[in-house]
Amino acid sequence: MKRIKLLATMLWAAITASAQEATPDMADALRANGKIYVVVTVIGIIFTGIVTYLVYIDRKISKLEK
Amino acid sequence: MNWMRKLWWKLLGAGILLFVLTYGLICSVPPLDITNETIRNLFYHVPMWFTMYTLFAYSVYHSIMFLRKLNMDHDLHAQSAAEIGFLFGIMGIATGSLWAKYTWGTYWEPRDPKLNGAAIALLIYLAYFVLRSAIEDETKRARLAAVYNIFAFPMQLAVTYIMPKFMLSLHPGSSDTVNFKKYDLDSQLRVVFYPAVIGWIILGFWIFTILYRYQKIKISQQNEEN
Repeated sequence: MKRIKLLATMLWAAITASAQEATPDMADALRANGKIYVVVTVIGIIFTGIVTYLVYIDRKISKLEK
Repeated sequence: MNWMRKLWWKLLGAGILLFVLTYGLICSVPPLDITNETIRNLFYHVPMWFTMYTLFAYSVYHSIMFLRKLNMDHDLHAQSAAEIGFLFGIMGIATGSLWAKYTWGTYWEPRDPKLNGAAIALLIYLAYFVLRSAIEDETKRARLAAVYNIFAFPMQLAVTYIMPKFMLSLHPGSSDTVNFKKYDLDSQLRVVFYPAVIGWIILGFWIFTILYRYQKIKISQQNEEN
């Protein structure tokens, strides 16, 4: 009986300890309302600009090939 | 609209990358200590290497084809693909180094076989460019470069991919990081990771075609002058 009691106490301790473990810091708030969407849009604009320029060079070379 | 027909796969790749660059920052990732949000580098750092491997494989294929057919066009393919592959390798090392600083605490971990292997691989290809620039005669240059490239490709694969698998490394996929598999297969990451690999490879090929076509025009102009 003593042994079972001890085991139960230890189990309980282990469970509560794991429940209290802090979750790692993630930028959850940043993604929600930290204006991360502004950055995402900026990246989108820059990338679109680069791709547009690549298309431009691509077409220029096509003309040269003719 | 003829130019659109040639452009569709390039724009498809660009579209995929636009998704990767935006959704890759917004999507939720596994909350883990140390890596934290930097796990998103999986969408940007890792595909650099996939693109490099693809372009190097394409390059060595054309080197083999050159030795079989002795057509200078194959040599130009091999050279241009190796150059763009090298560019992606440089970006892979630079991004990896930055990532290492914020997770492993150092820009360069000298005991990590993957890092040293990557550096060796880039030096192997640097030697390929040096070899090319050292030979005046066109056919001789193409032949020697093709033979060298056939040795270079398996060597770089061995030092960056195969050897680190059997050694202790901080990178996932090495002999001591079996546990990492659990996170490698995370389904949230896979949604962005697979498109990322495809998108970056397409972009790499697009840039390669631009370089190849530019070189081709340059060569034909030189031939006209002579």
